Amino acid sequence: MTSGVPIGVPAGAMPPAPTRERPRSPVQRPGRVGEESARIDGVPKVRGEFEYSSDLWMDGMLHGATLRSPHPHANIRRMDTSEAEEMAGVHAVLTHEDVPGRKVYGMEIPDQPVLAWERVRYQGEPVAVVAADHPETARRALEKIRVEYEVLDPVTSAEEAMREDAPKLHLSGNVLRRVKVLHGQPAGATAEVVVAGEYEVGMQDQAFLGPESGLAVPDGRGGVDLHISTQWLHIDRDQVAESLGLAPDEVRLTLSGVGGAFGGREDLSMQIHSCMLALETGRPVRMVYNREESFYGHVHRHPCKMRFEHGATRDGKLVYVRAGLVFDGGAYASSSNAVCLNAATFACGPYDVPHAQIESHMLYTNNPPCGAMRGFGAVQACFAHESQMDRLAGALGMDPIDLRLKNAIEPGMRFPFGQEVPHPAPVREILKKVKDVPMPEEQELAGRDPRELPGGVSNVTRGEGVKRGVGYAVGFKNIGFSAGFDDYSTARVTLAVEGGEPLVRVHTAAAEVGQGLVTLQAQIARTELGVERVAVEPADTRVGSAGSTSASRQSYVTGAAVEGACAAIREHLFERVREELGGNGDLSLDGDEVLSEGRVIVSLVDLLGDEEIEETLEYHHKETHPLDENGQGDAHLQFAFAAHRAVVEVDTELGLVRVVEIATAQDVGKIMNPQALEGQIEGGIAQGLGLALMEEIQVKSGKVQNASFTDYLLPTILDMPSVRMEILELADPEAPYGLKGVGEPPTISSTPAIVAALRDATGQPLTRIPVRPEQMVGISSKPPEEPPHPGSAGYAEIGRLDERPEH
Amino acid sequence: MEFIQPLNLAEALEAKDAHPEAVPIRGGTDVMVGLNFARSRPAAVLDLSRVEELEEWGLEDGLLRVGAGVSYTRIIEEIGGRLPGLARASRTVGSPQIRNRGTVGGNLGTASPAGDGLPPLYASDAEVEVVSTRGSRRIPVADFISGPKRNALAPQELISAFYVAEAGGPQQYSKIGTRNAMVIAVCAFALALHPESGRVGTCVGSAGPTPLRAEEAERFMRGVLEEGGLWESRGAIPEAALRRFGELVAGAARPIDDVRGTAEYRRHSVGVLARRALGWAWDEYRGVRGAA
Ligand SMILES: Cc1cc2nc3c(=O)[nH]c(=O)nc-3n(C[C@H](O)[C@H](O)[C@H](O)COP(=O)(O)OP(=O)(O)OC[C@H]3O[C@@H](n4cnc5c(N)ncnc54)[C@H](O)[C@@H]3O)c2cc1C
Repeated sequence: MTSGVPIGVPAGAMPPAPTRERPRSPVQRPGRVGEESARIDGVPKVRGEFEYSSDLWMDGMLHGATLRSPHPHANIRRMDTSEAEEMAGVHAVLTHEDVPGRKVYGMEIPDQPVLAWERVRYQGEPVAVVAADHPETARRALEKIRVEYEVLDPVTSAEEAMREDAPKLHLSGNVLRRVKVLHGQPAGATAEVVVAGEYEVGMQDQAFLGPESGLAVPDGRGGVDLHISTQWLHIDRDQVAESLGLAPDEVRLTLSGVGGAFGGREDLSMQIHSCMLALETGRPVRMVYNREESFYGHVHRHPCKMRFEHGATRDGKLVYVRAGLVFDGGAYASSSNAVCLNAATFACGPYDVPHAQIESHMLYTNNPPCGAMRGFGAVQACFAHESQMDRLAGALGMDPIDLRLKNAIEPGMRFPFGQEVPHPAPVREILKKVKDVPMPEEQELAGRDPRELPGGVSNVTRGEGVKRGVGYAVGFKNIGFSAGFDDYSTARVTLAVEGGEPLVRVHTAAAEVGQGLVTLQAQIARTELGVERVAVEPADTRVGSAGSTSASRQSYVTGAAVEGACAAIREHLFERVREELGGNGDLSLDGDEVLSEGRVIVSLVDLLGDEEIEETLEYHHKETHPLDENGQGDAHLQFAFAAHRAVVEVDTELGLVRVVEIATAQDVGKIMNPQALEGQIEGGIAQGLGLALMEEIQVKSGKVQNASFTDYLLPTILDMPSVRMEILELADPEAPYGLKGVGEPPTISSTPAIVAALRDATGQPLTRIPVRPEQMVGISSKPPEEPPHPGSAGYAEIGRLDERPEH
Repeated sequence: MEFIQPLNLAEALEAKDAHPEAVPIRGGTDVMVGLNFARSRPAAVLDLSRVEELEEWGLEDGLLRVGAGVSYTRIIEEIGGRLPGLARASRTVGSPQIRNRGTVGGNLGTASPAGDGLPPLYASDAEVEVVSTRGSRRIPVADFISGPKRNALAPQELISAFYVAEAGGPQQYSKIGTRNAMVIAVCAFALALHPESGRVGTCVGSAGPTPLRAEEAERFMRGVLEEGGLWESRGAIPEAALRRFGELVAGAARPIDDVRGTAEYRRHSVGVLARRALGWAWDEYRGVRGAA
């Protein structure tokens, strides 16, 4: 518990295996729930002192490296590792033959090889791993592994994968999932006004700054300790143990510093590989992907093509929605199943739609595997349904906000997937709020600082061609895991006197990935137990599962578990007080003391003495249900809503953009920590802005064209406008403190709001995101024909995987 | 990998003579990217960051001589008034950290068609000075850059400086990127007015295998200004002539499609930049308020 105690020391083993100190759990003095409470890891992160998983280090450790397939689709004819094995400094070269347990993994469907055999299905698929005494030695050893490939034609799009004559990429065929939602009588539905449109979303990347990395430490008894950045320790643990052929308790995971996640760390990357190398060599093995490798090391947001038809009455009441969504799942399943379901259930948007027919398809291809990313299927659907609402408003000659208000869904109605809309569902309220935010004043173009013009410091305009545009969008998303999943979290809380003062320790396996859960857990303990000091223990698998840090669920589920464990401790204390002091009436805890009717009766220090009270609580949220064959069911736990208004300025001659301001209204149920909330909203909007304007992994013939931050562009501070927020606190009666998950909604409708504003400024249809300058000036932006030319690729061309020397 | 760290130019040249395969490194903002991604694994690295001679700049025979090791930040702060076009280009390079480390010498060394430091040098007929133990030579920048990522440097040579005339008139630099900072040029345009000789200097960046002068556009505009007596009268350039200038610059581009943009867009936007840049520069020449 205290710092400096080594873990994994084999009792009496000789010689002792190398060990690593447990990460520290510094004492916080948090605010209560709802109060401003500074992040405990904030200052260390800003000062560069925070230990991310890529900083992990142990004396005597080896360095792992991964050989990846340069081809998106190929048969592996032969593999020869002998030359690599003979290199000085190389300690292990492992292939699929060395996987001790299950040779495949996967969260939903175990279809992904730990190391490829017989066939590779995407460019970058791991084929072999090496451990060496220096990272460079490991890299050079990779070049000595000879793999003979028989290159096959890749299946490069979902449409292609659907064709009868397409090669089958998996035994089960190429259709990974199909979800149908039928509501009302869509087949015969007709309407006075009909608009149809086709929309496309490119492949966005989570682009977390901390690359995949971890340190595996063998325990000398056949087991292994893995220090890792991930989103869900226990599902990693189970998959790693399965593939290592070990019992779950022989594989212990400790969360290391996570440099961002956004869904990209739900799947395994180097977890099994590093453990295999550590067990093989008996030495700690560190693996750290570099920036380029990271683009091959995790799943991306699904590219998607969508066809929508909306029918409405002449006065703007929706009659029906018909939609077909086709997702490119890439080579392996990841969480594609759930994404496909989510998209189908959210395809109509937060509107009252009498008749709906939605079909959502997920296909296997030889493109990079896609999976979870912030917004999880709702992002793609929202771009389409909001674009359609604007198109419909145009056809009706109606104000886009009025059209949305007229059709907004309300508590008591039913979503197209049959579930009753719970209270609160403030779609109207947030739309009105966001509309009522005062418009940013239109400044003179002349004489502006260049940073306040499209193109910024690049000096492209002094106002020439610049037009303003305004756009709105609203979206929603399920919070927590859906469709019958037993979604729970575990919290172990202890209260004891340490150093003369009461201290609460909170121990969960919940992954802090930057969102601020460590602070929130402390705030909850502070609130429930009235103590000044709280220490949040490092997350690890010594306590029960907390579930995934995804689906905006941790504040809800782990929050409820911590709250519950604290409540149990509180009851325990009150019982003692009643027994020992005979106190009765209204007991409460505050300022490290027990109060009765507001008067202090005993301090916690005196009450506890040297006793430690410990409570562990497992919180399971309300049951959800899978959809039936018509896509009907109470599938989701909670819904969170947000609306956005974007004001942009576009240089209409050059297609360059300055987003002037984003206004947002979001219902959060309860503001748990104001600063953390603002961080989630601003960060989520930045990610939505990235998808609207620039973030795309370009894939051609199954090969990634821009695996670097040179060409995968993320918004900078000069691209991100100031954000005006209207926060609603409409309590969800079933959630702890009434809260709603807040992480994803900011990302979902910010993108279509920005695109709507771009359309307003340019008059162009803009049906594909990210919108490129070409589209805004009306030049067809055909997908890039050629990989970067050695000339125009620029000064820092880092080359691509398929250009690497191949053996 | 051998690491050689000379303390002055003479030592550097001797080292380069003895190890012609050694890769010079100054700011390292290109070299380190290559090393980190194992794109290049040089046997030796020649660190020029201690060579003070490369950090100097001054006037020599009426021309500015700027050491190859002068950072973008220093160009902006110390020489910006004399070379406004290069200073504008320098402001578009990377981030503050990159501008503190990166140098025009390194930009010349890399010889990327997207190098932002290069087009202003073309537009003002700069010359690159290269040195070896055998002596030095001066090469017009357009000859120095011999192809995409290729330059005229011999293995024993180092870049010591560039020579360029102090601006005699307004200069502009504009760059297209798909975000508003920290971006490689999709395309770019540099312009320098030379009232003393009646010439208009241009260069298109990142829209061809090397930076390209738009010679036809230069001749056309020189003619327009001469014919109309506009240098003397400081009268406005007719809108149609500005447009034609833009078209001719667009015509000089030799762009391709790649991940950053299509050839068509590059050609289109470089024309727009050229028209606007000439308009701003001419307004400034005419003394229109707020034009600089
Ligand atoms: C994040 C980032 C953003 C960037 N953004 C831009 C941008 O917007 N625009 C742009 O143009 N560039 C950009 N660059 C590239 C780079 O900063 C520039 O090319 C810079 O000018 C290189 O200068 P340097 O001193 O760092 O060169 P170095 O990396 O030290 O060297 C570059 C090349 O020049 C050679 N060299 C250096 N000095 C000499 C010398 N004296 N004699 C002979 N050869 C020499 C080296 O051997 C090497 O080949 C960016 C780089 C990064 C990492």
